[in-house]
Amino acid sequence: MSAHAVMSTPPAAAGSRLLMSGNEAVARAVWEAGTRVAAAYPGTPSTEILECLAGYPDLYTEWSVNEKVSLEVAFGAAMAGSRSFCAMKHVGLNVASDALMTMTLTGVSGGLVIAVADDVGLSSSQNEQDSRYWGRFAHVPVLEPADSQEAHDLTLAAFELSERFEVPVILRLTTRICHVKSVVTTGERSAHSAAGFRKDVGRWVMVPSAAGRRLPLMFERERRLRAEAEVSPLNFAEPGSDRRIGFVTSGPAYMHVRESFPDAPVFKLGLSFPLPFDSLRRFAAECDRVVVVEEVEPLIETELQAQGIDVTGKRILPLSGELSPQVLRPAIAGLLGEPAPADSTVAPMKVFPRPPTMCVACPHLGVYYTLSQLRNVTISGDIGCYTLGFGEPWNALDACISMGASMGMALGLDKGRGDNEKERKIIAVIGDSTFLHMGMQGLLDIVYNQGNVTVLLLDNRAVGMTGGQDNPGSGRDIHGNEAPRVDFVRLVKALGVRDERVHLVNAYELPVLLKTLREETKIPEPSVIITSQPCVLIKDYHALKPYMVIDERCTGCGNCIDVGCPAIHVTRRDRVTKASGREVDLAFVRIESAACTGCGLCLKPCAPDAIVHVDTLAMPIKVVRKNPAPVHNA
Amino acid sequence: MTSRCKYDTTNILVVGTGGQGVMTATEILAEAAIALGHDAKKTEVAGMAQRGGVVSSHLRFGQKVLSPQISPGTADVLLGFEAAEAMRWRHMLRPDGLVLMNTGRLVPPIVELGLHDYPDDPVAEVRAAGTHVVSFDASAIALELGEIRLGNTVMLGAIADHLPFPAEVLERCVLQRFAQKKPEIVDLNRRAFAAGRAAAAEALRAEPDAD
Repeated sequence: MSAHAVMSTPPAAAGSRLLMSGNEAVARAVWEAGTRVAAAYPGTPSTEILECLAGYPDLYTEWSVNEKVSLEVAFGAAMAGSRSFCAMKHVGLNVASDALMTMTLTGVSGGLVIAVADDVGLSSSQNEQDSRYWGRFAHVPVLEPADSQEAHDLTLAAFELSERFEVPVILRLTTRICHVKSVVTTGERSAHSAAGFRKDVGRWVMVPSAAGRRLPLMFERERRLRAEAEVSPLNFAEPGSDRRIGFVTSGPAYMHVRESFPDAPVFKLGLSFPLPFDSLRRFAAECDRVVVVEEVEPLIETELQAQGIDVTGKRILPLSGELSPQVLRPAIAGLLGEPAPADSTVAPMKVFPRPPTMCVACPHLGVYYTLSQLRNVTISGDIGCYTLGFGEPWNALDACISMGASMGMALGLDKGRGDNEKERKIIAVIGDSTFLHMGMQGLLDIVYNQGNVTVLLLDNRAVGMTGGQDNPGSGRDIHGNEAPRVDFVRLVKALGVRDERVHLVNAYELPVLLKTLREETKIPEPSVIITSQPCVLIKDYHALKPYMVIDERCTGCGNCIDVGCPAIHVTRRDRVTKASGREVDLAFVRIESAACTGCGLCLKPCAPDAIVHVDTLAMPIKVVRKNPAPVHNA
Repeated sequence: MTSRCKYDTTNILVVGTGGQGVMTATEILAEAAIALGHDAKKTEVAGMAQRGGVVSSHLRFGQKVLSPQISPGTADVLLGFEAAEAMRWRHMLRPDGLVLMNTGRLVPPIVELGLHDYPDDPVAEVRAAGTHVVSFDASAIALELGEIRLGNTVMLGAIADHLPFPAEVLERCVLQRFAQKKPEIVDLNRRAFAAGRAAAAEALRAEPDAD
């Protein structure tokens, strides 16, 4: 769903039975909880929570510039007594953690729920980390739903817990909760008015003396939360007839355990931190052995072992990835000394890989085609669609770790350059939203410390990879309404980049882009080259007249294929021997004109001018049956 | 009706590439199951699907569904929106499962660059591996109806007679969705659904080992 297409229909009536993703279910429950303020920065797999919430009435929603700001906004609202909410992907909480680690001391007035979505299985992230650690680190409770209905119910429970204990609550989701659709029964929205901010410097101003007085309160709160975990209906034991192994589990792993071992006793943890040690000790005593099934790190397991409760877990289960039935069944059979379950599966057939590609006419295509022509460069990259520039055919991105890191890494690559790298050019590539999220500070550092770095700021006016959400660079808010739009040229100049070192270049004008890059990388001071053509997925993008290939003119040089556009297809290959005796591979092409939107990036590499507008020869768009156009969502 | 689904929980795997409408089609299948009172769970691995990557969408329905994931070797029907993608996921089928396969091809840049080869004949290769294949050119059917984006309705028509409920239930869910969103193309989708259903039936009749 695009941020521009947020629903405007009234919310479904209470008692409706709907097919909802975990994200949609969380959003519905946040609304039902009477939440007044909700904020997020987009990030897979959590993005749709705020997108959905923006369609609900009677609450304020925003795209924040980063996760730390979103948490601070939610916290401010909670100080004012409003129920508030923020959502982020796992790595977002790393960014927001500075705020979290101290708001745990102040606690909250209105309920504050932080939904954090771990990408277990790495569907679209740079790492796989276990956000449940933050509960331990910040001494705040962690709730883990197992499907969409629980995502809904536990969100409501999280608000109740948050207000009763005056503590921010982490709602820990995983990809297999966020993006699974299952049946949810909805409830009513309840009203929660805000009591307003009450001045209390001993509580809200965390200077050392005040923080020191809050620490014992935090530990006392944790003690009370542990007692709550013992009696909470979110934690329960399910008896089973086969007591050889009992399972302690949380989150989506619960469903996999129930599916795989229907007769086993199971202790299901909905409130998984603090752990109810007494209940778990009693459960363990009734089973021959206990296996902890948790995604992904051994947190519950280690804490139970420290309590002297004999459990096993990661000794037999993997330390990463999902613990689906196909993983659990053989591991448990092994523990029981039984033969692995009869396996009717066969090996997958060998098929070419199909990595994600950039879109047809994407403005990044021209940038990476140009970067691929530069020699003696190191390209420091960042998080977004443009990370794909590391792959074929461009091979033009050399590093990527975290949001905004392209800036600092580039400066470090410059200052720490090897003895054999004196002439090496350092380029940093970053998108508009990532720059605003965490890149600005890095550029300021490059300027302040006089680094020799050329920054390519790819402004496509959207958070592209997550589906084209708005940001301060798009000029629209979360509802698609007009909002102040940041002026990147003025911004980077204000950070100290000299006027003559700032260039605004059209991403489709390859000769200008190449010339500017060549010149700026030669000058030993910070430069910023900004491209500002919109993402092809957003409404600012306007398709142009499509192109086609005149077959008789195509020489098979294959240069256009190096642009990397998915609309260019090879029709036949050949191998010829040149006069020099050198063998050359030829690839003759056609353009899928039904997909082409006329960006013209493929024209420049085409020496024989074989690429023309479809109506140039007054020919109809012929559909070549060998490679039919994609079947689209109608 | 040829029901392939003898177990309590029906497992349907829908596969293709980003942008083909795989996830929407699976959602409509899930809605049909729920309309009949089933419990249902639908899940996919599609983190970067919008970028032309691999999409596989799992649908499980029955009296009570626990894990949302289909284990390898347990899918009842594999609905392949693209020929090579159907090949990629064949191992997910149970041994006597059925592949409904669009013979239309989507060749990615990685193949155009000459780094990998597209399989010569995906239908023959899957068949040679011992799997029952019903194949037809859903892309061409959609184009003949004038709109390539009708492809997912064609594919839903193709699976309609291989579900443990009447084809009309699925058809109603497909048309309801368009009645809400784009009423002007309801009739076109009705024809696409019927064409997909007919194409699959025709292909099944032509099968040497048709059951």
